[in-house]
Amino acid sequence: MKKLKDRMEFRPLLSLIIILLICGILSGGSFFKISVVEGHLYGRLLDILRNGSKYMILAIGMTMVLATGGTDISVGSVMAISGALACSIVDQRILMGLNGNVFAAIILALGAGALCGAWNGFLVAKLKVQPIVATLILMTAGRGIAQLIADGKIVTITSDAYYYISGGYILGLPFPMYIAAFMLILSLIMTKKTAFGLAVESIGVNSESARLAGIKVERNLWMIYVFCGVCAALAGLIESAGIKGADCNNCGLMIEMDGILAVAIGGTSLSGGRFSLISSIIGALVVQTITTMILAFGVAPEVIRVFKALIVIVVCLAQSPAFMAKMKGLFDKKRMVAQG
Amino acid sequence: MKKAIALLMGLTMAASLTACGGSQSTTATAAPAAQTEKAAEGDTEAAKAEEQTEAAKTEEKKSGNDKLVVGFAQIGQESGWRDAETNDVQWYAARNTDTIELTFADAQQKQENQIKAIRNFIEMGVDVIVFPPVVETGWEAVLTECQEADIPVILVDRGIDASAGDDLYTTMIASDHVWAGEQAAIVMNDLLEGNGKVVELEGTVGASAAVQRKKGFDEYIAANCPDIEIVDSQTGDFTRAMGKEVMESFLKTYSDIDAVFCHNDDMALGAIEAIKEAGKKPGQDIKIIGVDGVKGAFEAILAGEMNCTVECTPILAEQIFDTAAKLKNGETVDKWIMSADGVYTEDKVTQEVVDGRQY
Repeated sequence: MKKLKDRMEFRPLLSLIIILLICGILSGGSFFKISVVEGHLYGRLLDILRNGSKYMILAIGMTMVLATGGTDISVGSVMAISGALACSIVDQRILMGLNGNVFAAIILALGAGALCGAWNGFLVAKLKVQPIVATLILMTAGRGIAQLIADGKIVTITSDAYYYISGGYILGLPFPMYIAAFMLILSLIMTKKTAFGLAVESIGVNSESARLAGIKVERNLWMIYVFCGVCAALAGLIESAGIKGADCNNCGLMIEMDGILAVAIGGTSLSGGRFSLISSIIGALVVQTITTMILAFGVAPEVIRVFKALIVIVVCLAQSPAFMAKMKGLFDKKRMVAQG
Repeated sequence: MKKAIALLMGLTMAASLTACGGSQSTTATAAPAAQTEKAAEGDTEAAKAEEQTEAAKTEEKKSGNDKLVVGFAQIGQESGWRDAETNDVQWYAARNTDTIELTFADAQQKQENQIKAIRNFIEMGVDVIVFPPVVETGWEAVLTECQEADIPVILVDRGIDASAGDDLYTTMIASDHVWAGEQAAIVMNDLLEGNGKVVELEGTVGASAAVQRKKGFDEYIAANCPDIEIVDSQTGDFTRAMGKEVMESFLKTYSDIDAVFCHNDDMALGAIEAIKEAGKKPGQDIKIIGVDGVKGAFEAILAGEMNCTVECTPILAEQIFDTAAKLKNGETVDKWIMSADGVYTEDKVTQEVVDGRQY
């Protein structure tokens, strides 16, 4: 049993708790207020869980990709594609034969996500294109594809079944949270109970030696990008369900940065190697908590970005062992001076 | 890795720039770069060929042509709103082929294409040049050429940077966003009977439409409605998702919100979902006013979930061609012609109105 403090999850969790505590204190406790509205729980913490679920799901996929030393900046566009496809089917604009079947729409949207992932995987694994360049293609083209699917319009839908993906509740808790939990458990089983996790890590550390050690690098990379694409498609479904429409221009715009940030806050190295999915989930919650906090305290619109950046800097510095050691050194010196 | 980071930063900046660019037409933000690029090559050539044949036609008729020859350099396809504008102009011209001759060019979201199209119009010797400037700056050279060729220029739905001097163009036909804000405030005053707490969902920070709509609304409320209080105001980036998230937060901070003013309809549609989730009735417990007049908003008003939308209409063809005709006859027109926007409250929205909306 490792010491709690040495676990990868320790620092991000500490950051999350500190941010939540600050929110609680500044708001005089109302930040934590949870009430029951129409049979489900209602409060800012629930907002964090529900709105954060898409970040959590993205972070799971992104963690795996980053652990291999790659990156996927196309997730925002994949979200847009999946949302556009699902909403267009539900609204019976395309594939009329399905009669707006929500279940079929979801399956096809996830399939589209997998296809996008396979394309990224093909470029990265087979053609050895640098991941950031390879996924840049889909990042720019994807939004165009989404617009083609939705015919350049914001497709508005009224299906309650589809809305359930984002607005539904089970046992008083938001449904997207269960999706995130399911994806987490699935990926934990994949990485902890099979050799897949080890393969991911070794590809990230050194893909050449991984290959020599008998790991099928290509196949694994391919699988990882497909998985990341499916995660992005899921996030896209949640986002479009929440607003009852597919907004191709804005759905998941710049979200790849938040996804990468979540993983970075979680402590997974962006150059590959050791990774922790739970850390990334906590990182995703930190990202969402910052947004919720900014809105809760009514930070002036003009300074939101700067404010967000400041918090991120503090959180990231707190993650850096070198910085913390230095701070500790300074602190010790001061104490010594004071004592002396 | 450093390179990768640099690339990322570059992308981020580029993306935020495009986002800022879509300031005036609210539904449009980042242009679909890829789509444009793909389409660009094939289409521009086709468009060019088309232009040339039409140009030849114009040359021919030029001698005894008493038709109104108008060159329209459209930005491209960026949103449903812009498509509606394009369709309206083309449809109007098609109905009046005996009096109007329209030469239409699609600039594929690029300023250079728009400038090329305008130069082409000058060469063809059209009577009037009409275009919505894709960006605010960089028009001095080509507009001076228009002046030298003695061709009047009508800007539609967007302006150009004021520092370039407003004598570069003849007139502008566009919505007045300050007016839209004021109209929203007047309706708000009626809905609340002069008393209540209002929150405001702003557009993208710095976007001209957001700044002016806020100005119009806030100033009218401050001057005329002493008992209406704007308790909070936050940006929702003109998007549904952010509109919803910000409204969720407002509803938790203030338990007694009476109404919300949204700088565009998409944020209003997001706010409706947030209000429903909070267990309140949108349109009744909390009044909702938006701006733009998109179809989704009309549907929401019809369903009783929204109270009003102040239009920012793309249906400008009639005004454009009337003004162009006046200019051809040498009449003087106002420097800024307000587009004929309507204020749609619940009593004015019927199923027919909803079905008639094109965007």
